[in-house]
Amino acid sequence: MKALPRLCMVLAIAGILSLFLFPMWKIILYAPQYPTGVQMNIWINKIDGTEPGTLQNVNILNHYVGMKFIEPDSIPELTYFPMVILGMAVLGLIALLINRPWSYLSWMIIMIILSAIGFYDFYLWEYDYGHNLSDTAPIKFPGASFQPPILGKKIILNFTAVSLPHIGGYLAGAGIFFSFLAYWLKRKLS
Amino acid sequence: MKTKMPFFSWSLSAFTLLLLAGMFASCGGGQGTAGPSAVSGDAASAVYVPPGQYDEFYAFLSGGFSGQVAVYGLPSGRLFRVIPVFSVDAEKGYGFNEETKPMLETSFGFVPWDDAHHPELSQTNGETDGRYLFINGNNTPRIARIDLTTFETAEIIEIPNSGGNHSSPFTTENTEYVVAGTRFGVPYPQKDVAINTYAENFKGVLSFISVDKEDGDMNVSFQILLPAFDYDLAHSGKGESHGWTFFTTYNTELKNTLLEVGASQHDKDYIAAVNWKLAEKYIAEGKFKEIPANYRDNSYSDKTHSATSKKMDKVRVLLPEDCPGMVYFLPTPKSPHGVDVNPTGEYIVASGKLSADLTVHSFKKMLAAIDNKAFETTIAGIPVLKYEDVVAGVVKEPGLGPLHTEFDDKGNAYTTFFISSEVVKWKVGTWEVLDRVPTFYSVGHLMIPGGDSKKPDGKYLVALNKITKDRYLPTGPELTQSAQLYDITGDKMKMLLDFPTIGEPHYAQGIAADKIVPKSRKFFPLEENQHPYKAIGEKESRVERSGKDVHVYMTTIRSHFSPDNIEGVKVGDRVYFHVTNLEQDWDVPHGFAMQGANNAELLIMPGQTETLVWYPKNEGVFPFYCSDFCSALHQEMQGYVRVSAANANTPLVWSLGEPEPAE
Repeated sequence: MKALPRLCMVLAIAGILSLFLFPMWKIILYAPQYPTGVQMNIWINKIDGTEPGTLQNVNILNHYVGMKFIEPDSIPELTYFPMVILGMAVLGLIALLINRPWSYLSWMIIMIILSAIGFYDFYLWEYDYGHNLSDTAPIKFPGASFQPPILGKKIILNFTAVSLPHIGGYLAGAGIFFSFLAYWLKRKLS
Repeated sequence: MKTKMPFFSWSLSAFTLLLLAGMFASCGGGQGTAGPSAVSGDAASAVYVPPGQYDEFYAFLSGGFSGQVAVYGLPSGRLFRVIPVFSVDAEKGYGFNEETKPMLETSFGFVPWDDAHHPELSQTNGETDGRYLFINGNNTPRIARIDLTTFETAEIIEIPNSGGNHSSPFTTENTEYVVAGTRFGVPYPQKDVAINTYAENFKGVLSFISVDKEDGDMNVSFQILLPAFDYDLAHSGKGESHGWTFFTTYNTELKNTLLEVGASQHDKDYIAAVNWKLAEKYIAEGKFKEIPANYRDNSYSDKTHSATSKKMDKVRVLLPEDCPGMVYFLPTPKSPHGVDVNPTGEYIVASGKLSADLTVHSFKKMLAAIDNKAFETTIAGIPVLKYEDVVAGVVKEPGLGPLHTEFDDKGNAYTTFFISSEVVKWKVGTWEVLDRVPTFYSVGHLMIPGGDSKKPDGKYLVALNKITKDRYLPTGPELTQSAQLYDITGDKMKMLLDFPTIGEPHYAQGIAADKIVPKSRKFFPLEENQHPYKAIGEKESRVERSGKDVHVYMTTIRSHFSPDNIEGVKVGDRVYFHVTNLEQDWDVPHGFAMQGANNAELLIMPGQTETLVWYPKNEGVFPFYCSDFCSALHQEMQGYVRVSAANANTPLVWSLGEPEPAE
């Protein structure tokens, strides 16, 4: 029983580290000529898809309406987000060593704030891709935006875009929950 | 009709055929209305595959004199694809682009046509496995191998010392070999002799072409030198008869002129039974002669996206007199066409096309006769077994002009009758006729998916007809040929559908779709592209000159070429457009068409590189464009080449898009 809060914190750290093993988010585009959908996967450190050519295919589709090319190399977040997660894993270990309710609670709060910032950043990128269109776009729709949803379904021209957490996202979410559990159990036991 | 056959000669029978054709046409009820009487009410729903759904079977129909293979779905009869094999195909650039030209090289040079007869699926343990489709070229003896992951011709091998590769390319149980028996006796080796010295100077060879287990690569493993009979069709044994291949013969009379009479005199011709396992042993023991030969082995690579033509210069030959027990002749009435082995491998059905009856030999009886050395005679060192010793049974007077038999999974056989235009169902073992249905008209081969394998799918039967006459809207003197689909699940065969075919469908193969669908390629990964003139990415696109040769390393992606403006090309140059399709998505080929090119288009699959050669003849600016509707901006996918005079100083430059404005 006494080891339980620490065990929960281990799971919390494992949860956020799983972001290096699984994508955290997915955006799927459905259209009649793409019956199985074009699925982009967003990782903590890269963007790819279910097929080797997915990103290229999304870029080809996007360029008709003047959206910028998604070039993972030019997205700085993909470099420093991994460091933030590694930093949080280290902080998690420290919280685990301290093994007090406040150490777990603090870690959880920092993690929630960072996640919120992450979502806001994700939104900004989507807004930028969706609104900041090239002046020389072959097809122009006055006033239209092509911003995909943060979460859920949205119809964009001939596409239905669906945005959902991927395995890594669920596991990281579970990690935050486990840090709360660590806090709650520790408080109850002491 | 049921008494004595009126076949005094083939010329007489041709007259009979005309009479019979007339009879059947009149029985059928007049033009354009012949069909309905043979079709029952639910036929339409039986062949209806709703939009967006897949057919249950693939059917591969030979394109005959079109040199192609047509891919259909069953039961719908919908045409999906035409695969160029022994033909140039302007649509696909096959035989026009630099990459595929070597596929049609032969010892006679570039031969852009052939007569494609018998498709044959590769087998594992006697069952179709969906890896390859083989087909023979009859005219300039060749065998092609089609890769069923890409539905493209992957290899064509020429058969040396042969003339008319008809009894081909029937496979052995594990695709150890595909075979090639010569239809024409020819001087062996070829030499300048009087034609009427046929009997002494001419020979007939049977070739065994090995197929590599891993990559399918074909090689002429060995040839067997036999009398100059005409070797008509073949099938290999299976199960108990695995290790043997059976060839039908006609013209055992050894005639070289007016064969329709001369080659129809013997009451019995032969089935040549070849023990190829024993032949392998003789090869291993070195009992072969290696003789000079001149033939080509052409292979296409999905990595270099190019074909190479390899010159071959010798072949191993086995002589029956040096190899006892390797070949036997089984007397068989009369000028037999198809030779078909039932799924257990015990029965060998010979369709004696000028015989009143259908002859079935027993493999077990054949082995016993060989053990007893009960030979009727010997021809050129080959023992001839006694007919009574090998015959298992006779299907009595089943119809006129039997050609070919396949089998279902319930112990029944189905034979086509060319002259009486019908398919007859009979029981293997009891030899009784169970049912008959008319075909429209003059059926040649038939096909049941897996019907020549150990495991037939006895659901549908396709009859391949030579003549259609009044069946379709007329299209001038030349009419479509046709296939007819029958439901064979019940006691009675039911006609379901007519559908037109390309060229003349000689033979066909069918296979359950799920053996092929999961393996079908969607595109070629760019990182695996090993074409020497590839351009992987627009950054690699460029133009290089070397003397009068100009190499354009071009890329395509929706919806532009890179480069799309080229200057500095001159009259008298030879321009190579090496076009790499950068797409990595299913069903996004790009085309490339150049004004005035004495050539076809390119049709480049995603990840592929193809090359079109263009000889600019006049000064000016000439457009090129994408010829395959690829995207919403397909019509914008175009470019120009500026051609200057031969002595002009126009610099070689290329570009894509507006240049960056000067700061």
